[in-house]
Amino acid sequence: MSEQDMMNEQPRRDTLHGVGVSPGRVIAPLVHMAPAVSEPPEDEALEGDAETAADRLKAAALAVKAGLKERAARARSESAAEVLKATALMAGDKALVKNASKLVTEQRLSPERALWQAATAYADQMRAMGGYMAERAADIEDVRARIVAELRGEDAPGVPQRREPFVLTAEDLAPADTAVLDPDVVVALVTASGGPQSHTAILARNLGLPAVVAVEGVLDVAGEAPVFVDGAAGTVVVAPGETEQEAVRAWQRASEQLASFAGRGALSDGTVVPLLANVGTGDDARAAAEAGAEGVGLLRTEFCFLGRDSEPTVEEQADAYTEVFEAFPGRKVVVRTLDAGADKPLPFLTDATEPNPALGVRGYRTDWTTPGVLERQLEAIAVAKQRSTADVWVMAPMIATVGEAARFHDLVVAAGLKVSGVMVETPAAAITAEQILERVDFVSLGTNDLTQYTMAADRMLGSLANLNSPWQPAVLRMIQATARGAAQASERGAEHKNVGVCGEAAADPALAVVLVGLGADTLSMSPRSLAAVSAVLARVDAAEARRLAELALHATSAQEAKEAVRAELPVLADLGL
Amino acid sequence: MTERTATVASRVGLHARPAAIFAEAAGEYENLEITIRAEGEDAEEGMDAASVLSLMSLGASHGDKVVLAAEGDGAEAALEHLAGIIETDLDAE
Repeated sequence: MSEQDMMNEQPRRDTLHGVGVSPGRVIAPLVHMAPAVSEPPEDEALEGDAETAADRLKAAALAVKAGLKERAARARSESAAEVLKATALMAGDKALVKNASKLVTEQRLSPERALWQAATAYADQMRAMGGYMAERAADIEDVRARIVAELRGEDAPGVPQRREPFVLTAEDLAPADTAVLDPDVVVALVTASGGPQSHTAILARNLGLPAVVAVEGVLDVAGEAPVFVDGAAGTVVVAPGETEQEAVRAWQRASEQLASFAGRGALSDGTVVPLLANVGTGDDARAAAEAGAEGVGLLRTEFCFLGRDSEPTVEEQADAYTEVFEAFPGRKVVVRTLDAGADKPLPFLTDATEPNPALGVRGYRTDWTTPGVLERQLEAIAVAKQRSTADVWVMAPMIATVGEAARFHDLVVAAGLKVSGVMVETPAAAITAEQILERVDFVSLGTNDLTQYTMAADRMLGSLANLNSPWQPAVLRMIQATARGAAQASERGAEHKNVGVCGEAAADPALAVVLVGLGADTLSMSPRSLAAVSAVLARVDAAEARRLAELALHATSAQEAKEAVRAELPVLADLGL
Repeated sequence: MTERTATVASRVGLHARPAAIFAEAAGEYENLEITIRAEGEDAEEGMDAASVLSLMSLGASHGDKVVLAAEGDGAEAALEHLAGIIETDLDAE
């Protein structure tokens, strides 16, 4: 058979392996994220008439503007719509088109090259201005790529806009790519890099989309090839057959069983394990209440701050928090104070030029560089609390010392709030949990960062996906140390100190059992995971959970820990998890 | 040529949302060529006021003075209206 014949053949059956990060099974054609637009050569000359070329330029810019405006109207969130609208305005910018047209007529450059140069000049200028303006340079470069793609008749960079369902694949997905992702059309996500805590993974779990990350070889699979994705097993099968079709049907049957949560998490022996939700907005909170969540274990307050150039007022914040509190009358709502920095930069709080932002001024630490923001936020939380009946707890992110915890407690009390706590995300906080809990009322384990910092493995790096797993025995020992510290502090203070888990680890039903066995009192997760986690917890008792936790603690790798625990939980296979 | 000097009132300066709002308003005057420049610059330095990229590259901060210029019918009223926008704290709204 000639090479040409091989190319024309149907795609060959092949199984690729990665890390499953969100359960579910589907079959659909694979579609690659459109590649980056290449720079037109410096000497790419104009062919034909300059006036026609200038008209084409203007038409392309307006087409890109109209396309972005249309996407803004369909965006899932207001902040995504704002970003798209601002980008649309740049695409249709009169000065940009005018400068590019001038390069066409005066230097006889191709319209593609002319536009590239004109946009680059603006981008460079913004970058030189530094700070907030430097961040806008990337927006101009995005506009530049879109107009050049339009002129060339290529696909716009980013998520392909289609009507038929498909499996989206890419090296990795950035928050900007996923802002307008339509879960009715994109039915699964497969990335070549990324780990269990990457944006792709978190987004997939929020949307309930099956997803597999760190899949070697997926970028070489031909576009349009039908693929089977199993987001629990972490496999991608090219050219699937009858076995995979049956697996999809079995998942559909199981997921009907897993569709609802009765609203009360407990083990088989009756031990209560409240199951709470991680939410970011009032809409999220209402959806979580609808899904049966027993409260909010993590309110991410960044939603009031992101996409803004300056701090929201106390009144604006209070209104936003009130919306969340009102969704849970009489229930617990744990508010995390502003967690800016690292992957969530804020122009008025964080320094974008830090060489290593994950180890930089982030979370609680921004209070040192920009004092006042935290106190005003606590004031807003107190105002919102007055307006509702929710049981409001407040915690600080990125705590590393007992002194920080003590000061945060003082600020919380000064604001008139009652229950203070801290996140345990650093190994430092985990091993001083007992001392920390002599100062505050509760801790909440942020397993995503705790894993990254314990394992010294960047959570965005696909090549480190195995290290970056909350199943790592070292991470589990950090959690155990935290729970033991809490038990000691509780005994001494004669008052129970709650240990919650609000990282993505709590959403993995098998790991949830281990977390309870290690001493977690409450679990908080994306609302979609509540049903699966409660179904599995209901099949084990406290002694069994402790036994499985021991099993995981003594494994030699994350993989071994996960396999050992899963092998003891046949309920997972019954439910297709 | 009509000119009007205005002081930037938005706390974030004339970028982002305030720049977008101003550029859109300036773009409404299709029959006028309205320019903007930092106070003290030559009149030839004036940039298209309807271009958000030009406004951003101007880099005007809170409290900076800018000069708006236009020529033709209705220039005075247009500049008055646009100066009013610059003198409003757009980010607070």
